[in-house]
Amino acid sequence: MDALYFDHAATTPLHPDVIQTMSTALTETFGNPSSIHQSGRQSRKVVDEARTVIAKSLGANDKDIIFTSGGTEADNLAIIGTALKYQDRGKHIITSSIEHHAVLDSCHYLETLGFTVTYLPVDETGVVEVEAVKAALTDETILVSVMMVNNEVGTIQPIKAIGELLEDHQALFHTDAVQAYGIMPLDVETLQVDLLTVTAHKVNGPKGIGALYNRQEVKLQPLHFGGDQERKRRPGTENLPGIIGFKQAVELFSGEELNRQAHFQQLKTTFEKEINTIANIAINGDEKKVSPLICNVSFFGTRIEQVLMNLDLDKVFVSSGSACTAGSMTSSHVLKAMYGEQDERTLSAIRFSFGLHHTEEAMIEVVKRVKQTIERLRTLAN
Amino acid sequence: MSNNKQTRVVVGMSGGVDSSVTALLLKQQGYDVIGIFMKNWDDTDEDGFCTATEDYEDVIRVCNQLDIPYFAVNFEKQYWDKVFTYFLDEYKKGRTPNPDVMCNKEIKFKAFLDHALSLGADYVATGHYAQLRRENGKIELLRGVDDNKDQTYFLNQLSRDVLEKVMFPLGHLPKKEVRQIALDHDLATAKKKDSTGICFIGERDFKTFLSEYLPAQPGRIKTMDGVDKGEHDGLMYYTIGQRQGLGIGGPGGPWFVVGKNLKDNVLYVEAGEHNPYLASDALLASEVNFVNPIEETTFKATAKFRYRQKDSGVTVTQLPDGNLHVVFDQEEKAVTPGQAVVFYQDEVCLGGATIDEVYKDGKRLDYLG
Repeated sequence: MDALYFDHAATTPLHPDVIQTMSTALTETFGNPSSIHQSGRQSRKVVDEARTVIAKSLGANDKDIIFTSGGTEADNLAIIGTALKYQDRGKHIITSSIEHHAVLDSCHYLETLGFTVTYLPVDETGVVEVEAVKAALTDETILVSVMMVNNEVGTIQPIKAIGELLEDHQALFHTDAVQAYGIMPLDVETLQVDLLTVTAHKVNGPKGIGALYNRQEVKLQPLHFGGDQERKRRPGTENLPGIIGFKQAVELFSGEELNRQAHFQQLKTTFEKEINTIANIAINGDEKKVSPLICNVSFFGTRIEQVLMNLDLDKVFVSSGSACTAGSMTSSHVLKAMYGEQDERTLSAIRFSFGLHHTEEAMIEVVKRVKQTIERLRTLAN
Repeated sequence: MSNNKQTRVVVGMSGGVDSSVTALLLKQQGYDVIGIFMKNWDDTDEDGFCTATEDYEDVIRVCNQLDIPYFAVNFEKQYWDKVFTYFLDEYKKGRTPNPDVMCNKEIKFKAFLDHALSLGADYVATGHYAQLRRENGKIELLRGVDDNKDQTYFLNQLSRDVLEKVMFPLGHLPKKEVRQIALDHDLATAKKKDSTGICFIGERDFKTFLSEYLPAQPGRIKTMDGVDKGEHDGLMYYTIGQRQGLGIGGPGGPWFVVGKNLKDNVLYVEAGEHNPYLASDALLASEVNFVNPIEETTFKATAKFRYRQKDSGVTVTQLPDGNLHVVFDQEEKAVTPGQAVVFYQDEVCLGGATIDEVYKDGKRLDYLG
């Protein structure tokens, strides 16, 4: 039985071209980009080229791109870095209750430093309302952080509209665009964002490398110390193989975002048609405003951990928004915000997320295995 | 071997050496082995440290060494409802509960077993020191060969229906050998200290732990004749036969707990291990389980009234209401309500029950609580 990997929102496999490029780079490009000799200059050139490619993919300038260790660090730097820098203007931050923990935990940390944070609720659609952002804004607000695509249910947030709303407000605007990258054309000017997070490993690039778009006028208090790299905003010797792989991954989809979106939408339509043949299920999140890469489904009358284990043994790799460490199931904060903590929908939700190598056949096969498992577990439960 | 490959065994793994070796042996025998860690209790402290997280890390390391899949399941709610609530209720009644017996009955061999079956398991296995004999369509529970480690006392509530789906791969091994196997295979848990005490209390002080859940009501300590011997911290902190921690000095000791008066909140003590108040010659027990039904109304057996006690000869009568009347061949010491009485015939563990009432010369020892 072949393994069916349906967890691309967690991470994606490396694209073969990325492997190729990185392998070559590992042997050929090793100099420290800060060194002034030829070897260093060669590496510096590679980093700059990568910076250009990533900047272009976001409609940004080279100087606005800070390489980080990934999405989490980029989110941390965007939020904590700006809050510390601009706290003399106010100590209020607005975010949503469905953000990634990299954002939420940064906000929790800032609360311990005396900042006030508004966590905007969402309704069953899983979409943040622009009006709610407007209502929460005060003269003290220095930062708004709302994700572009939710990583658990895939709902697309109204980033452009929030950007417009904030046009004449002092508050900086950050969006975590990790789940949008590669399938939605991103342009920081159109979106009117000051800060934007992306990461390589969600777009078939390597783990351990991400980037923060940081509009040049926006100052950041660095969270790392000890060098001039990334214009002192993120010191430390560059992750060269990562940066090279990141660049290659971005080049593979740049300009192709809308085509890929259409391709995945087609796959997802097949998936949803198949999954709807299973009785007593619900697809979560506003169906019109959701990423074609993610389908979050509640299977009523089942328990998440039991479903996940059974699917794993059947070689179907999926996940739930629930965190499970050492057997402690904490229900997904996203579904909790949408439906409530004890709702049957929250307690039985599984996330399927799609990726490059998927085919129509894979959609049919995965649902076939899921259906068998769900029906068997439901029979056992009765 | 080829048959074993088709047989899926889910091992309950605690992160200790016994369950690690259990998984190893089954893997060596060619079974389709899955390791599952049960989280039944949360003791996360303010620094985020949790014993379960550390133990699960060990499970992961061992499963990776054995190249078997592993998962963690959460039974905190079931454990609280079925085991911990019972545990507190018994203390409130002045009895001395046995949460390990209840945990085996309700969690490991019920909730966990059901979960394992839902994963397509043919058997669950644990690192208990007990053996199963499957012969002529019959199944019997036998003592572990390591007399010092035999755990059938804790397994007395398991029925044959349950045992049919169980394996105890360590039952034929002495503990020392199990440890040696772990060392020989360089298992990550080979040198890990054995856990002691009740799982949810761990290394903590029993009194402090219990006081977080039950209000302690200090009261008087008296002899059976009413002589005041000082103050006790709360009846629930004491068990029948206890000698340590009474704080009674002076002449005439050592002093032993012989009973509790719940109504007046008095703890009874008497001097000397062989004082007559600790002695009894019969008991009534409920919550009866026999692995295989026993036809005779009255039969001879040996029994343990506490874990690790030597067996004593008894005559058991099955009463019409399903309870048991157990008469001891010789007087017994500190038989305690709430504890299990477990029956054996030679190596076979017949089953057991919960001690409710204790008698001497036909008279109920109501001072036991």
